[in-house]
Amino acid sequence: MVPGLITAVLLLLFVGGCIWLWRPGNKPALDAAAQMPLDDDKEGTA
Amino acid sequence: MVGVEGSYNDKVVRQFAVMTVVWGVVGMLVGVFIAAQLYWPALGFDVPWLSYGRLRPLHTNAVIFAFGGSALFATSLYTVQRTCHVRLLSDKLASFVFWGWQLVIVAAAITLPMGYTQGKEYAELEWPIDILITIVWVAYAVVFFGTIAKRKVKHIYVANWFYGAYIITIALLHIVNNLAIPAGAFKSYSVYSGAVDAMVQWWYGHNAVGFFLTTAFLGMMYYFVPKQAGRPIYSYRLSIVHFWALIAVYMWAGPHHLQYTALPDWAQSLGMVFSLVLLAPSWGGAINGILTLSGVWYKLRTDPILKFLIVSLSFYMMSTFEGPMMSIKTVNSLSHYTDWTIGHVHAGAIGWVAMISIGSIYAMLPRLLGLPKMYSIKLIDTHFWLHTIGVVVYIASMWIAGVTQGLMWRATDPENGTLVYSFVEALNATKPYYLFRLGGGLIVLAGMLVMGWNVFKTFRLAAASTAPQPVLPPNAADARA
Repeated sequence: MVPGLITAVLLLLFVGGCIWLWRPGNKPALDAAAQMPLDDDKEGTA
Repeated sequence: MVGVEGSYNDKVVRQFAVMTVVWGVVGMLVGVFIAAQLYWPALGFDVPWLSYGRLRPLHTNAVIFAFGGSALFATSLYTVQRTCHVRLLSDKLASFVFWGWQLVIVAAAITLPMGYTQGKEYAELEWPIDILITIVWVAYAVVFFGTIAKRKVKHIYVANWFYGAYIITIALLHIVNNLAIPAGAFKSYSVYSGAVDAMVQWWYGHNAVGFFLTTAFLGMMYYFVPKQAGRPIYSYRLSIVHFWALIAVYMWAGPHHLQYTALPDWAQSLGMVFSLVLLAPSWGGAINGILTLSGVWYKLRTDPILKFLIVSLSFYMMSTFEGPMMSIKTVNSLSHYTDWTIGHVHAGAIGWVAMISIGSIYAMLPRLLGLPKMYSIKLIDTHFWLHTIGVVVYIASMWIAGVTQGLMWRATDPENGTLVYSFVEALNATKPYYLFRLGGGLIVLAGMLVMGWNVFKTFRLAAASTAPQPVLPPNAADARA
C-alpha cells in the first residue's frame, strides 16, 4: 500500500514538474540558460 | 554586462587534459596486450604480473578512472568556471585533486600487477588506495560545488547538474561498496557476504557505469555539443526532464547483472524493469544532443570534432538500447557470461565515453591554449576514422563471438538432454574473432597515438600564448550579486 502511494506521488510530481517546465512563462529564462555555453564565443575570447 | 575580475584556473584543466591522452594511450595499450593474450595465451610468459587476471583490472581501471576520469576532471573544471563566470574556489585544492588522482592511478598501476585486489570488479583497489580516493574525491567536490556556490550568474547550467550528480553519487557508491575490514597493509575483507555482497557490488558496478560513465559524460555533451555546433541545446526543457528521469531510474537497474543467480527473483525482475524504463531518458537525452545540429548538419562534413561528438551519441543510443535488451531475462540467459557483454561494454566505453571525451578535448584544448584550432584538423579526421573503424571491428567481432558462445553453450541433444558441445569446442569456434578484436583494438590505439602527436604539436604551437584567460562577465539579466 505505502510503496504504491509513494510511487503514485513520485509519478504525479514528475508529471507536475513537466507541466510546470513547459509553462510558456518559463521560456525566456530557459532560452537564456541554453545560451550559457555560447557566451564565451560571443565575447570572442574563447 | 557586469564586471568580473580575475582569470580562470586553466592550469589544472590543461594538466588533466594532457593526462587524458597519456592514460588513454596507456590504458588502451594494456587492453591491446591482453586482447593479444586471449589469442596467444603464451604471451604471459609465465610471469605473474603479466598474467591476464592481473592486467585485465589494470586495463579497466586505466581506461575508466585514469583516461575517463581525467577527461571528466578536465571538462568539469573547465565547464563550471565558464558557465559560472568565476575562477575555481581554490587553486591549491584543485592542484591537490590533480596530483592526488595521479597518485591513485600510479598506486593502481603498481598494486594491481602485484596481485593486490579486493576481487570486486571496477573496485579492485585495496583499502589504503580507497581511502586516498575518498580524500581526493571530497576535495574535488569542495572545489566543484564551492565554485558553483560563488558563481556570478543566477542559473546553474544543466551540464553542472549532471557533473554534480556524478560527484555526489560516486562518493556514495565508492564508500558503501568499499566498506571493508583491513587484514594487513594490502589485504581486506568486505563487510558484506554472499548474495548481499553481490548485490552491493553490482549496485556499485552498474551505477559506476550509470554515473561515472554516463551521467558525467552527458554533462560533457551538454556543454561541448552546443559549443562546437555553435547553437544552444535543442531543448533545454528536455535536458531538465532528462536529468531528473535519469538519476531517478539509474540507481535501481543494478540487479540485471545478477540474473539467474542467488539474488531473490523479485530483485532480478526489478532490475530488468528499471533497465527497460531507462531506455526513455537515455534516448531522450541523446536525441536532444543530436538534434542540436538542426540547421547546421552541414558542419558534420567539415568538422571532425563534431563528428566525434555526434557519433559518440550514436554509440550511446546503440548501447543504451542494447543494455536494456540484454537485461531481459530471456535475452540475458543467452548473452550473460559471453563475449556479447564485452562487445556491449566496449560500444559504451570506446564508442560513447572515449569518443565524447576525445571530441571534447579537441574542442577544449585550442581554447585553453589561446589558439584558433588544433595543430592539424586533418589528423583529427584521421583519428576519427581510425577510432570509428576500430570500434566497429571490435564490437562486431565480440557480438558474433558472444552469440556463438551463447548458442553453443545452451545447445542440448533432444534425445538425452546432454550438451552438444564441450566448452573447448565453443572456445575454438570463437577464437578467430579474438584476432579481429585485437585488430580493432590496435586501430583504436593507433588513433590515440595520432591524437597524442596532434596534442603535442598543438602545445608546441602554443608555447608562447598560454596567458591566463580573463573571467568573462555574465549578461546583466543573468548576473547574481
